[in-house]
Amino acid sequence: MGPILLVWRLVRADLRRRRSEAALLLLAITAATTTLTLGLVLHGVTADPYQQTRAATAGPDVAATASSPLNGPVSPADRAALNALARAPGVIAHSGPYPLTWAALGARGLKAGAEVMGRDQTPASVDQPKLTQGSWIRPGSAVLEASFAQALGIHTGDSITLNGRSFPVVGVAVTAAIPPYPQVCTVGCDLELPQLSPSNTGLIWLTQADASSLATDRERLEYVVNLKLANPARADAVAQAFGSNSHTLTANSWQYISQQDANLVAAEQQALLAGSWLLGVLAIASIAVLVGGRMSDQIRRVGLLKAVGGTPGLVAAVLLAEYMFLALLAAVAGLLIGRLTAPLLTNPGSGLLGNASSPTLTATTVAIVVAVALTVAVAATFIPAIRAAHISTVRALADSTHPPRRTAWLIAMSARLPVPLLLGLRIAARRPRRLVLSAVSVAITVSGVVAVLTVNARNAQHFGSSSGLNNPWTNQIDQLLLLITVMLILLAGVNAIFITWATVLDAKRSLALARALGATPQQISAGISAAQTLPALAGALLGIPTGIVLIAAVNHGATMTYPPLWPLIAVIPGTMLVIACLTALPARLAGRRPVAEILQSELV
Amino acid sequence: MSDSTDAPVLRTRGLCLEYGKGAGLVRAVDDVDLRVATGETVAVMGPSGCGKSTLLHLLGGLDKPSHGEVWLAGSRLDQMTEKGLARLRRTAIGFVFQAFHLMDELTATENVELPALLAGRSPRAARERAAELLEQVGLTDRAAHLPSALSGGQRQRVAIARALSNDPLVVLADEPTGNLDSEATLDVLRLFEALHAAGQTLVIVTHDARIAATADRLISMRDGAFVDETRLTGGATGRLADLAGFAGLDG
Repeated sequence: MGPILLVWRLVRADLRRRRSEAALLLLAITAATTTLTLGLVLHGVTADPYQQTRAATAGPDVAATASSPLNGPVSPADRAALNALARAPGVIAHSGPYPLTWAALGARGLKAGAEVMGRDQTPASVDQPKLTQGSWIRPGSAVLEASFAQALGIHTGDSITLNGRSFPVVGVAVTAAIPPYPQVCTVGCDLELPQLSPSNTGLIWLTQADASSLATDRERLEYVVNLKLANPARADAVAQAFGSNSHTLTANSWQYISQQDANLVAAEQQALLAGSWLLGVLAIASIAVLVGGRMSDQIRRVGLLKAVGGTPGLVAAVLLAEYMFLALLAAVAGLLIGRLTAPLLTNPGSGLLGNASSPTLTATTVAIVVAVALTVAVAATFIPAIRAAHISTVRALADSTHPPRRTAWLIAMSARLPVPLLLGLRIAARRPRRLVLSAVSVAITVSGVVAVLTVNARNAQHFGSSSGLNNPWTNQIDQLLLLITVMLILLAGVNAIFITWATVLDAKRSLALARALGATPQQISAGISAAQTLPALAGALLGIPTGIVLIAAVNHGATMTYPPLWPLIAVIPGTMLVIACLTALPARLAGRRPVAEILQSELV
Repeated sequence: MSDSTDAPVLRTRGLCLEYGKGAGLVRAVDDVDLRVATGETVAVMGPSGCGKSTLLHLLGGLDKPSHGEVWLAGSRLDQMTEKGLARLRRTAIGFVFQAFHLMDELTATENVELPALLAGRSPRAARERAAELLEQVGLTDRAAHLPSALSGGQRQRVAIARALSNDPLVVLADEPTGNLDSEATLDVLRLFEALHAAGQTLVIVTHDARIAATADRLISMRDGAFVDETRLTGGATGRLADLAGFAGLDG
């Protein structure tokens, strides 16, 4: 019990002495654990809204479609197959076949595409869209799918045009038969008109006569039938069997449609998990920077512990315990914050009814988050702790600091450079480990930024449209990615400031000497900034390909879309400028420290 | 011997450095007037804490006085900016510290050439000058060694070579033999003698009478003020040198 109490007392005393560093460490690890918690708890949360919508609209178990071939209308055989499916064994109810076509839509100056479905004015037994505004269709009027209406900014009472013909909007509704905008085409679209693209097409209901009248030679009529099965669990099998031998007959099961609805949250989950790993590695770098800067300070403490009988094991335990305690606190904080903020990311959008289920913290989630937090702390502190534990007692008590590293070729090369770069290169070369940490920290952040640029490029290609529609899918992902990127940049910025300050403290004698020998304060400040900017350049160059590789890894083999070249190139000078600005103040303060005082205090 | 009637290369008037206020006011340097002629060696002696090192820092522009004037080669140091002082230190002042203050990660050559590089000389010229100076101090064979591989006396000789890198007007030495054994002290002593003979202007703060005996003038300091000044005749061959057991070390 005694050693445990001793360890706890030492940990508590050290945390009290260095509150700001402890707070920073806590912040760094909490950022990683919060993001990880969010990523883990999001799984399956949209199942509830889909089921609520399905129940409220008598959603179909299977929605089957007969499409028109390239050069003609739907064949009689395909129409017969559709009708036969509606009467097949195991089908207990059906609605349709309903006519379906595609039209160019105009609304409030925007241009989009519409999947136009003809419906009866009387309610159907299977798939009766539930109104959230206004009333159901009547001749000459339109009802819009809720998510599509929101993207267009259309309300009941507004007007739209379809292939140039005006239709007043009398209602807005939700359905479980087709995924909401912008996911409509994930269950199949047949777009021939140049204005139509998967990213700008949404669902509209008209009367059957109105829908049929919109068909053209390019966008012919198709037919859709909605089925209820005696055994809904067999929907996948029924959908796969239907049209297995035909490219004009297709069917989607409720399970497949539900999965498309979950795509947004799945994408968010992917982004969060990737972001949490980046933040976790950045947190390791943050801890390593702080530990490295403090370890020389703690060497004397190690000597005292050993002199009074502390074993290397106890010494290592004291050094590790502090960071593991902070990691545990950060794990708890991350779990709580993640649990509380998860609902902000599980909004199913206006295309589904109800709210997402409350995310739950399972034992597995808790275990994973705690394990990651502890791993982060141990990874950053294990080697320094073991090294310190085995240092000789005499050397530790003499408080001899770790001498700076000599890199002969760097010193020789720096002699040819202007004074600020000469000083910067030599300062940076004194501590190679810190140099690497600085570069890694920047590389992680830049890879996050590049990943965001890559995702944006992909979204612009797949979901972007010149129509100007507000895309709720990309909006939510963009906000999430922005949040993760801001967290990465903030953490990397704090790292940069701390590394600069650790550099200044470590090199204070050398810097004072350089001033005594004729370096101006401005040259000293510029040198310190250069010592941080040079590894930032290396980090930026490394981070760009890393970010692209990261996206390729989560893409699971899908075709990669690369961002434009100029933003990628701009990341490099942008990163160096940000680092130079962040380190300017500590560098300036360091360049003006009193020389005589420092040199006097360093008397051997 | 220096010609003390020449215009002084270094002078101060009413130089003061104060810390604190009111009852807590401490005068580290108190109303010091000093004139150092070109080629002159001045030694400053006094008990610990009397302000010798602080005076040296003020003379070298490493610290700013509270009152008074410091003039070096016609430039007034106490009114200069930090930038101006740094530029002046490159070419006009060389420092030798008690703790040597060599850069641990640089070899002897790299330490000696550093002031020249800071002054903007080409790497080649700086390297050549460093080689020349290391030969002068007898350390050519240790030129590629790090400070950790040098003895105390060798390190101080490297520091002296560094101080001479840009041919300074004045070399300011703060307890140059404070951390050295007797043999190393003699080595440094010989160097200072050689510098004196070559006409280098030196201001040396020291506890060591042997070092003081090489000077043209000895100033005693107490509580921040000059209390005595003695002109020493003949430098190391003079009477004081005899008393210090220093005879016969000339040439």
